[in-house]
Amino acid sequence: MTFLSTIKAAALSAAMIMSVALPSAHADEQYFPLQSYRVGPYAAGGTGFFGGFIDYLNLINIRDGGVNGVKLTWDECETQYEVERGVECYERQKSHAGAAAWNPLSVGIAYAMIDRITADKVPLITVNHGRTDSTDGRVFPYVFPLLLNPYSETSGIVNYIASKEGGIDKLKGKKVVVLYHGSPYGKETIPIYELLAQKYGFTVQQIEVPHPGNEQQSQWLTIRRAKPDFVVLRGWGVMNPVALKTAVKVGYPVDHIVGNVWSNSEEDVIPAGDAAKGYTAITTQASGNAYPVVQEIVKTVYGTGKGNLQDKSRIGSVYHNLGIVNGILNVEAIRVAQEKFGHRTLTGDEVRWGFEHLKLDPAKVEALGAKDLFHSINVSWDNHEGEGYVTFQQWDGKKWNVVSDWIAPDWALLRPIIEKSAEAYAAEKGIKLRTADDANAVTTN
Amino acid sequence: MAAIAGDFSSVPALPKWVLAFLLLAFAYGVVPLIGSSYLFEAILLPFLALSLAGVGLNILTGYAGQVSLGSAAFMAAGAFAAYNFNLRVEGLPLIGSIVLAGIVAAAIGIVFGLPSLRLKGFYLAVSTLAAQFFVQWALTKFSWFSDNSASGVIDTPRLSIAGFALDGAIGRYLFALTIVSILTFFAYRLVSSQTGRNFIAIRDNETAASIIGIPVLRTKLLAFAISSFIIGVAGVIWAFAYLRTVEPDGFDLDRSFQILFIIIIGGLASIRGAFFGAALIVVFPLGLSRLGGFLLGDGFDSGVLDMSQRIVLGALIILFLILEPDGLVALWDRVRRRLAWQST
Repeated sequence: MTFLSTIKAAALSAAMIMSVALPSAHADEQYFPLQSYRVGPYAAGGTGFFGGFIDYLNLINIRDGGVNGVKLTWDECETQYEVERGVECYERQKSHAGAAAWNPLSVGIAYAMIDRITADKVPLITVNHGRTDSTDGRVFPYVFPLLLNPYSETSGIVNYIASKEGGIDKLKGKKVVVLYHGSPYGKETIPIYELLAQKYGFTVQQIEVPHPGNEQQSQWLTIRRAKPDFVVLRGWGVMNPVALKTAVKVGYPVDHIVGNVWSNSEEDVIPAGDAAKGYTAITTQASGNAYPVVQEIVKTVYGTGKGNLQDKSRIGSVYHNLGIVNGILNVEAIRVAQEKFGHRTLTGDEVRWGFEHLKLDPAKVEALGAKDLFHSINVSWDNHEGEGYVTFQQWDGKKWNVVSDWIAPDWALLRPIIEKSAEAYAAEKGIKLRTADDANAVTTN
Repeated sequence: MAAIAGDFSSVPALPKWVLAFLLLAFAYGVVPLIGSSYLFEAILLPFLALSLAGVGLNILTGYAGQVSLGSAAFMAAGAFAAYNFNLRVEGLPLIGSIVLAGIVAAAIGIVFGLPSLRLKGFYLAVSTLAAQFFVQWALTKFSWFSDNSASGVIDTPRLSIAGFALDGAIGRYLFALTIVSILTFFAYRLVSSQTGRNFIAIRDNETAASIIGIPVLRTKLLAFAISSFIIGVAGVIWAFAYLRTVEPDGFDLDRSFQILFIIIIGGLASIRGAFFGAALIVVFPLGLSRLGGFLLGDGFDSGVLDMSQRIVLGALIILFLILEPDGLVALWDRVRRRLAWQST
């Protein structure tokens, strides 16, 4: 009886605590709901990215007192990269007032949120990933695959391989294997590789590695038999170091493996040890902590003990820097929107307008202390990717070295494919294509 | 304590159908009026879907004694079948898609139930793993199932019945609640029928059952078919009413284990047990996580918080099972009996 009554009392008090309403945002606060993941197979990506994001938000609060006096707030809800948990977090966090934008860093969760955030009119940011056709702002008003959507990434990688081979016409007759993660994220680029292979005359073989990817013997034996000229590693989390180690085991040269934008971090290569030496990967933001904005975070945020990363040696790592870049993009979008709507807590729709007018040229990027950290962005109401540039970096066993200039993906080639896919989605869902005028109609309360 | 007990004392005297009626009246009449969108989207919809899956698995495992680790595969089969029927058959009403989806899941269930004629216990559980891996592999491999969608994620169509849209959280909740109520009532009638008794006979002693003239082969396959039908429909609710996007990875082995734990913790061979178990597995971690977030909030790393919640949940499950190996249902009944006894 005592046990039961204890349980009963505990349940009762839990119910009472949960029924207490969440504190609402003050008039001068802008809130970021963070659906983060710090445990599970993808914790390395989650801690680095959300660490960098939070560090940048902290920098803005400490150094500038917020964005034009509007303080930035956030809380975290653990998703473990699982869709159900992400949806639960969304439902939990959306009641908080003054939400600026969602940044789940998971394609599966992002897909499940598209209908929900569109109804709620709050932007959904999928930096460097996400659903490719959400680039088309006519169909997806609130979804922003900023900097680099998966098709642009593919185009960038193919152009890089072409440059290694001596020109785009040299691709003819070559063989490329794409080793992809068995998830919505991994599968997203299957059709575009097929299409580029047809266009440029190389053959492509796409091999799936089931989630989470800690066993790849059979895939790499297939690759050894196929003898491809290049292997594109479209991995995530633990799949990447395992791929590099298995490649060495089957004798595939590591300098012919090209990593995609989620296979490009220190966490992917350090566990692979020597097997990763010479491995090249695409990126939108360089790694390292020499950039002024990273230095300011070290000084201002970590100096006052508010740094988010527990392991300080990860400051300036690829994921941490991506989190910082993501922070810059979010904060600057708020700044753009504030200039239009006033220095106050903005609605989600106002922040959406801010993202749609987010234009950071290289000079502006330099003013933000991020010169060479990332190139530039130019978002518009119908192009939600914003023409991000990519670069390639090679791992020397200790750090990443940039081995290419900033490269522009072939946007003109990709845009019609993206529009076609988005229009098909619009037809299926009965969505009316948005016009520039619709984009300027903003819900302000 | 006596005062509380006094309130409960009259409850066991009520006939069962009155209780069920009151519960349904509450679920239909009161919950939609007072519930928030969080309650529907994050708690009640997954709870209903997994409860129904638990009811389905309980028929197979709890009543007929056949252990299965393929539940998530049948859910996936149901979800993807409903999507494809809805997409490819013009003019088929939603209910038609759902029934056909259940039948597809049942057919797959029969195929993967065939080994049960030779295999028992753990060996059968391992062989049902084949269903789990095969279905997930097929759905990933052949993009036809997901309408050649690039990422393999399908967006489910908007719910509507006879032109009446059920788009909102409440509409989807009522949709799920109705299906769950109907199938639960069906399952409840089934287990107290001759067929249900045949299931129990085979579970308790297969040889004896065959001697008294129960067709073992047919009964086992029937159990697989009915169970898979119900689990398949649960998959439709999961996909159409709850998440509204579906990918094969959402129906992995973890989900199968989750459903198995639901019926073990809730109580084997009990329809109510599936609901108790689903409440514990779905709702309790959320409560714990919100409580943890509320009490410790900013001071703690959210990863550490999540891990400690798992430890607490695991410890509680062990505690429950030691106190009451027959599951939450038995615990509940014992509490009620004791309260009734105290008040007299």
